[in-house]
Amino acid sequence: MKGTHLGEFEEIVLLTIAGLVDGAYSVAVCDELIKHTKRVIKLGVIHAVLNRLEEKGLVKSKLGEATSERGGKRKRYYTVTTAGKAALVKSKDIRDELWSRIPGLNLNRL
Amino acid sequence: MKNKTSIHPPRWAERFLSWYCRPELLEDLQGDLHEMFVRNLRSKGAKKARFIYIVDVFKFFKPYTIRKPGLSNNLSQNTMIKSYIKTSGRSIIRHKLFAAINIIGLAISMCVGLLVISFLSDLYSYDNFQEKKDRIYRLISTDSNTGQPVMNLASSSLAAGRKIQQTIPGIESTVFMQRGFSGDITAGEVTVPVSGLWANESFFNVFSFPLLSGNPATALQKPYSLVLTEESAKKIFGNSEALGRIVKLDTNNYIVTGIARDVPKLSHLQFGALASFSTIEQKRSNEDGNLMSWANIYSNYTYFVLPENGNAGVVQAAIDRLCVSENANLKNRKIRLSLEPLKKIIFDGHLGNEIGPTINKMSVYILGGLALIVIISACFNYTNLSIARSLSRSREVGIRKVIGALKGHVVGQFITESIIISLLALVFSFILFLLLRTPFLSLHAYVQSLVSLQLSPKLVLGFIAFAVFTGFIAGILPALFYSRISVLQVLNNVSTLKVFRHVNLRKSLIVVQYTFSLIFITTTVIGYNQYRSFLTYDLGFSTRNILNINMQGNKTGVFIKELSAIPGVREISKSQLISSLGSIYGTSMKYNDPQDSAGVQLNFIDEHYLTVHQYKILAGKNFSTRPSNGQETEAIVNEQLLRRFHIGKGDPQNAIGEIVNIDGKKLSIAGVLKDFHYGTLENKIEPVMFRYSGNDNPGYINVKIETPHLTAALAAMNEAWRNIDKLHPLDAKFYDVQIEEAYSMFSVIIQVIGFFSFLAIVIASMGLFGMVVYTTEKRLKEISIRKVMGAGERTLIYLMSKSFLILLIISAVIALPATWLFFENVVLANFAYHQPLRLSEALTGFAIVMVIAGTMIGLQTLKAARSNPARVLKRE
Repeated sequence: MKGTHLGEFEEIVLLTIAGLVDGAYSVAVCDELIKHTKRVIKLGVIHAVLNRLEEKGLVKSKLGEATSERGGKRKRYYTVTTAGKAALVKSKDIRDELWSRIPGLNLNRL
Repeated sequence: MKNKTSIHPPRWAERFLSWYCRPELLEDLQGDLHEMFVRNLRSKGAKKARFIYIVDVFKFFKPYTIRKPGLSNNLSQNTMIKSYIKTSGRSIIRHKLFAAINIIGLAISMCVGLLVISFLSDLYSYDNFQEKKDRIYRLISTDSNTGQPVMNLASSSLAAGRKIQQTIPGIESTVFMQRGFSGDITAGEVTVPVSGLWANESFFNVFSFPLLSGNPATALQKPYSLVLTEESAKKIFGNSEALGRIVKLDTNNYIVTGIARDVPKLSHLQFGALASFSTIEQKRSNEDGNLMSWANIYSNYTYFVLPENGNAGVVQAAIDRLCVSENANLKNRKIRLSLEPLKKIIFDGHLGNEIGPTINKMSVYILGGLALIVIISACFNYTNLSIARSLSRSREVGIRKVIGALKGHVVGQFITESIIISLLALVFSFILFLLLRTPFLSLHAYVQSLVSLQLSPKLVLGFIAFAVFTGFIAGILPALFYSRISVLQVLNNVSTLKVFRHVNLRKSLIVVQYTFSLIFITTTVIGYNQYRSFLTYDLGFSTRNILNINMQGNKTGVFIKELSAIPGVREISKSQLISSLGSIYGTSMKYNDPQDSAGVQLNFIDEHYLTVHQYKILAGKNFSTRPSNGQETEAIVNEQLLRRFHIGKGDPQNAIGEIVNIDGKKLSIAGVLKDFHYGTLENKIEPVMFRYSGNDNPGYINVKIETPHLTAALAAMNEAWRNIDKLHPLDAKFYDVQIEEAYSMFSVIIQVIGFFSFLAIVIASMGLFGMVVYTTEKRLKEISIRKVMGAGERTLIYLMSKSFLILLIISAVIALPATWLFFENVVLANFAYHQPLRLSEALTGFAIVMVIAGTMIGLQTLKAARSNPARVLKRE
């Protein structure tokens, strides 16, 4: 069902936006993700995901101030919507539930 | 640091991004890319940063970033279009003269365009109802005899068709047809003349002519089977059942084996009835041993259907091989056969022996070309007048640009305006089209047989597309001109705008328009004069008051007796054909030298023929022996025949009594006639021989009739005719009328070109009128100042009209010699006999155009010259 389903990468991006609070715009999200996941992430991919998340109504955006480092262009800041938060919580619940059903898994051994 | 900020991402990549990217995403992308660029600049250097920028621009080229093409779902575009339409409407209403000139001009020219479009659409939809239209091919022949011109025929020999059908694989089915099935069908009391085709049983398999009753597979199988169209069946049988009835044609009984739906208008095959081909084979194999000869290519038509995946090239190659082996049996003659696709048939006007109506592709191009010239001329008006009023409109464009209009918006605005004008013109031209359709069709019976010009939804869509296209063409130049206007210049000081920079363009457009107008009108005048001279040309005999009656196979004896009794009838003669109308009958003859034979044109006449037509006898006399059916001994010849065979050494007297060989007979020359026109004026005078025929079945009778009570005499003739032939109406025509008909094609061409020249002149005049109005308006102040300084009206008129008159003279200098040379070398070269061109003819058209243009220019400039300078100068 489009609108509620969260892909893995989408979930990470959404979490990052939530983590960045007020400073979440495309390049910052990208930097943050690279820092935490150690994955090679292209800006184009982030852009596409942000666009998709906004289409699904999980984030909303507003234009910020223009900066010279952006060639006089404004930043677009993203914040997680209530639906986005609900989707994150739901996704975490599912995982928690699945985790709880694994008897005696010692994470330290992994 | 300063160094770093001055380094830019590649400009073209930036431009590419803003070109493809959706406007709502553009700022984000540009910002992101720029940020990354600045970052890369620091860490990786300028070169690498620029490279990455370019790569990223291409990476962002994804479905969700690409601007949606088209206008439909774009709100701002929609609003813009609404605004274009609204402001265009206002502008049209404000500039009524401009709009009126353009709408009328475009409407007049577009109605020709509509005629041509519907004409072409009819031609291209010929035979479209045939289900197998892409697979049907006709076998056509090219006959080359050594020493004679090559003949291209739509017909081919039955032998060839049969051979191909039997020996060459890759053909699905074959149909054989012949023309000339016609006659009077009698069923019970009713007798109806019907004409149609002979066709074999696969006719309905190849062609999609649905049968209402009867079995399509067998209807044309047995000899003396007849398929009637609904219309013919109704004429013969009324509403009663026709299938299975027996009808009589000539002496044979036919059985009706099918009723076909009426033949659509746009079919190259037209018939009222079909008779089975096997009838011919049964009848003619006895009479005509030639039927199955390879070289008998004149009367039979063969059509093939190839299978769905068939290859015409392969079949053609096999046919070529067949031709080579068959031609080996012929002496001095080669017959080449080729496959012609069904859809091409209508445009193959050059083939002889056509089975239905066709048109020469050249005529189509010429007609289309003429229409194009007229339409372009009207577009020129629009372009010219639009640019001419740039003084007033450029301020508007300036404001638009200040408010934020881009080049594209200005272009859009002006194109919309011109398209609206041309759509308005379409409404008028559509009405004109409906009015012109009937006169166009009745120009000539040929046009009527060829097309119907019926409207269809597709055609109307075509008309609208045509109008939009015309509007676009008319509007594109002004649109580009206005979109390039510099805002600062216009708003600062309008007078600095280089309006006159385009003066040369405008002037040359006017010259082009007038050149075409002059070419058209001079062609019309010269053509008309030549046409009149054809009709009144001294043919070498008199055609006055001679009524030619086609005997339609009836015997003359009783009829002539009855005619002689009618008051006003002076003399009656008989002849096999009527001279000077284009029909020719001939054979070859010999004089003393048995090796020297040459063609001679013939007519069989009776003893009254020469006196009725007042031929000038140079030597000898009329036929003295008049055998009704006995031994033919005498011939009357023309001077050209003496010259060709060197008879009599230049003196006709010496030729009398000389013996010539013709058709295995020895005839002595009884009289020599002064040369006269046996053929039309297109043909040179050839050797002609009159032979005597006392036959009671000559073809035509020629009645010299002189009476003030013509109608009464004609009524009496009708009465007499009905006594000998109840079925066919009397076919009597005055000789002069027949000559007019023989040249009717020229009359049609002259009418068409005359119409075009009328249009071209009207359009050019309107354009010139508009130009004069705008230029005089613009120069009003100058004129006023000149007036104050003491200039007279005459000098002012001369001053203002001079430039326009020069343009007209330039057009004349181009147009008149061009037309003259065209007539001398192209048109009149086709006529062996014609009047020489006269200078006065060429100048008539020029005078007409000058008078019209001069009046217009004069009136407008006079108005300006008479204006009160005080009022004009006070205004500012």
